[in-house]
Parts: sequence; structure tokens; C-alpha cells
Amino acid sequence: MTSTAAPIPVAPVAKMRRRRTVEANVVRYALLALFVVIILLPLYVLIVTSFKGVTETDPSHAWSLPHVWTLDGWRQAWNSDQYGLLPYLKNSFKLVIPATVISCMLGSLNGFVLSKWRFPGADIVFTFFLFGLFIPYQAIMIPLTQLFGDTHFPEGIPRLVFAHVIYGIPITTLIFRNYYATIPNELMEAARMDRAGMIRTYWSVVLPVSIPAFIVAAIWQFTSIWNDFLFAVFIITDPSSWPVTVGLNNTTGSLVTPYNVQMAAALIASLPTLIVYIVLGRYFIRGLLAGSLKG
Amino acid sequence: MTNIRRWGPGLLLVSPSIVLVAVFVYGLIGWNVKVSLSDWRTAVPSSNWAGLGAYRDLKSDPAWCCGPATNVRHIIIFTVAFIIGTLLIGVTLAFLLEKGVRGEGFFRSVYLFPMAISFIAAGVVWRWLMNPAPGDRSTGLNVIFDKLGVGFLANQWYLGVNWGMAAMALPAIWALSGYIMALYLAGFRGVPEELREAARMDGASEYRVYRHVVFPHLRPVTLSALIILGHISLKVFDLIVAIGGKQLITQTPAVYMWILIYDARDYAKGAAIATLLLIAISILIIPYLIYTVRSERNA
Repeated sequence: MTSTAAPIPVAPVAKMRRRRTVEANVVRYALLALFVVIILLPLYVLIVTSFKGVTETDPSHAWSLPHVWTLDGWRQAWNSDQYGLLPYLKNSFKLVIPATVISCMLGSLNGFVLSKWRFPGADIVFTFFLFGLFIPYQAIMIPLTQLFGDTHFPEGIPRLVFAHVIYGIPITTLIFRNYYATIPNELMEAARMDRAGMIRTYWSVVLPVSIPAFIVAAIWQFTSIWNDFLFAVFIITDPSSWPVTVGLNNTTGSLVTPYNVQMAAALIASLPTLIVYIVLGRYFIRGLLAGSLKG
Repeated sequence: MTNIRRWGPGLLLVSPSIVLVAVFVYGLIGWNVKVSLSDWRTAVPSSNWAGLGAYRDLKSDPAWCCGPATNVRHIIIFTVAFIIGTLLIGVTLAFLLEKGVRGEGFFRSVYLFPMAISFIAAGVVWRWLMNPAPGDRSTGLNVIFDKLGVGFLANQWYLGVNWGMAAMALPAIWALSGYIMALYLAGFRGVPEELREAARMDGASEYRVYRHVVFPHLRPVTLSALIILGHISLKVFDLIVAIGGKQLITQTPAVYMWILIYDARDYAKGAAIATLLLIAISILIIPYLIYTVRSERNA
């Protein structure tokens, strides 16, 4: 009885399951697509509005495609006297390139020592660094600006580079330390057998396999320095040294700036990080996961 | 351990960073606390001891706490809305993706892309989307509601008197849901397949597999997510400046500090806000750091 009864309920269940998975899949893809639409909605608005002429930015055309596509907004946001972002873009590049390069080198050396050339108390030093990852920068901003003034540190972009390098130490050290922890210790032992010193071990064993970590750390630093507003607004007093976030906020913060110019400006200011994201997306995700301390 | 010639060079190599972090993180934090306890209340620096005067001023400041349209209320509403919204969407997206779907890479890229955009740039388009004017002379979402015949949904968004800060959290949820999705996706994939299989063999329904096997495994991820979102939220600054400017109705502690320094030149009071922010975030972070370092050591 039991032996014949057993298979009977199985079939319908299996059939039901299959139907349920088909239905589940339809629901699944529908939901995923819905979220795609929601997430891309602001991007649609940015792009469409940026190509409209001024007359088409009024409420009655709010969501429609431009009747006449024009580059007016882009041109004005790029280099007009009133709204042009070009000088600020240049400042941002002058800031972000040296700051990213120096941060990555520091992080790599720190990460190497803290995972592969450890000294007593290395974990304590690492924890000591990690706290710096989470502090609200407001808590150091007043003394930092005061210190820059008191020491006559070169004004403008050098101050920002310095600040981003210092406060980038925790995250870059974390990224490299977690990455180097995955290098097998046997490699290190081989170098040790050769009686290679620390610098030579770093140079000939560790550095050659570090490229992925450099990419992750560089993307992280590039993105967060490019997008930074807080340090810039506190440290930079002279508008001619503003990075693009401050310039953009200044252009768009005024309510009289036409929407097409605002949207084009926002896109221009975001293009460098968007390009990095599109080209190196998978490293971007790794950097994010490293930021959660569990790399 | 005893061979200093072995580990000495390592310590030497890291020591510049140790000194920089000691001075610029810990030293400046101490300095900031000192400013908050001083009488530096004008553009002219002063370092005379003034005790808790700045904190007392803050406590009696009608913009600070705790009625409607105050900093503390704003940041609480913002934080609650932001954390709940981001966690729910993040977990949902990870759950939808976790068993593998066609085009997973595409979905992941789309959900994560807002992370690459600054809050200042995102603020430009979200200010347009959340234009508080009525649908017929507005932009953004109110227009859509109007056209779809659900005009009653049109609202004041971030300028709403009581819950405006919940609307202010929308761009932040948009920006960070993908990040939380990535965290959970890594978490889901970290649950050993044998465990799920074993539960299924025991006749557990798929619902029970998630309830009793998968979700308990995700607790550390949830903890990380809460800590990350919590500390981002408490110090939120750029987003508010980009959307609400300096208006009182959207003001948060970080924005108020900025106004105190740049407009009012009240450094002690600004430093007091910064110190309170640091304390709030430390209560969140320090136990988490200890827990993380300990579990790493045990692993």
C-alpha cells in the first residue's frame, strides 16, 4: 500500500513545482525589470532634459523627449562664462590624480607590512587605522583648517591632496591588507629562504601580483575624491581652486539656472566616475565589499 | 617576534602612516573637543576655557532639538527612512538575483551605478523629481501623478512639514540600495549549498529553508549593513546641501555645523556639534570594530 501510494503524490507536486518556478520566474524578472526602470529614471531625466532647448524645460514638457535636440545646455555647462564647469573639471583632475596615486602607494606598503611583514602589535595598529575609516570628518575639520592656516601650508589644491591622502590611509591600507592576506605564505617563505630583505621581497614578490588591488584601491579613491564635497567646501576658500562638485553646486544651487544647463552640468561632472564604473565595474564591486571590512 | 632585525624595518615603513593617523585623526579629534570647550565664538580665534557653554547653548537652541523642524528630529527621521528603505530594497534585489538569473551582470551593473555619482550631481536631478509645486506647474514626480490621474499623491516632498526628511531619504536610498544588494548577494552565495540541500532532504519547504538556514547565516551581513548605513546617515551633508540648501526645514547637524562655521563664525558651537556627531557614530562603530577584529582573530 505504502509502496504504491508513495509515487502518486510525487508527480503532481513536481508538476506544480515546475509551474510554480515558471510563475516565480515571470514575477522575478518583472520585479527586476521594474527596479531597472526606477533606478534609471533619474538618468533618463538627466539625459533628456540636458538635450532640450530652454523653452522646452517648462512643466508641460517635463517628461517628454525633446522636440528639437540641441547641445545648448551642454555648451553652456561646459565653458560659458556664467555656468562653465571646465575650470573646475581641470581642478578636480589636478586633485584626484596625485591624491589617488599617493594613497595607493601608501596603502600598498602599509597593507604589505600589516599582513606579510608583521611586527608585534600589527593588529592593534590596524585597528587604530580602521577607526579612521568611520569618523565623521566634521570632527577634524575645524582644527584641520586652522592647522593649514597656522603652518602656511600651500593654499588651494595642495591642501586638498594632502587631506585626501591622509584620510585615505585607512581604506587603502584595508584594501591592500585584505588582498595580500590571500597571497600564499609559501611565496613569502621562498623569498625568506633567499634571505631577501623587506624591500626586495615587496618589490620582486608582492608588487608584481598587486595589480588587482591597485585597481580596486584606485577606483575607490578616484571615486570618493572626485565626488567629495565636504573637504572641498571647508578647505578651499578661493573659487578659482574649487573642484567640480563645489562648482556644480554653485551653478545649480541658483534657482534661475535653466534646467537643461543644470542637467548637462550634473552629467558632465559625473562622466569621469561613470566611465571608470562602466570600464572597471567588477573591480568597483570588489572595492565596495572591501569597504564592509570583509574583503 | 624577538628578532627585531626581522620586524624592525616593517614597523619603520608603517611608522609615517602611524604618525599621520595619530596626529590627523586622533590628535585633531582631541583638538576639536578642546575648541568645543573654548570661548571661540567669533571670527577671531580664541582658546580660553569656557566649559560646556557651547553645548548648553546648543541644548537651548530652538533649531537643534527636539520639536518639529529641528536638527535632531530631522536626522532621526532621515536615518530611519533611509536604513529601512535601503535594507528592504537591497535584500529584495539580492534575493531576486541570488539563484542566478539570465543577465545577472546587467542587473547588478544597473543597480550599482548610482554609487558612482556624487550626491551633489544626484541632488540636481532629485530636486527636479521632487519639485514640491502642484502637478500643473511643477516638474518631476508630481507631474507624473497628475498625468496618471492620481494627483492626490502629489505632495510637498522634502518640504513637507512633518515627514519631509523621509522624502529626503529617497535619493540616498536610490544611491545605496545597490551597495546593500552587493553585500547581501555575497552573503547569500556564501551559504553552503549542502546546508540548503540537507534541509530540503529533511522535507523543509523552500520558505523554511530561507527562514531557518539562509537568513540566520546573513546576520553578520545585516550587522555590517546597519553599521555602514548608520554612519553614512548620521553625517549626511552633501545630499542635504544639494537639495535643500541651508533651509531650516531640511537642516541636519552636519549642515548646521557648516552654517555655524561659515555664516555665524561660531566655532565652539560648530565644534560641539562635530563632537556630538563623533560620539554618536563611535557608539555604533567601536563595538563593531572590536567584534570584527575578534572574529577575524578567531577565524
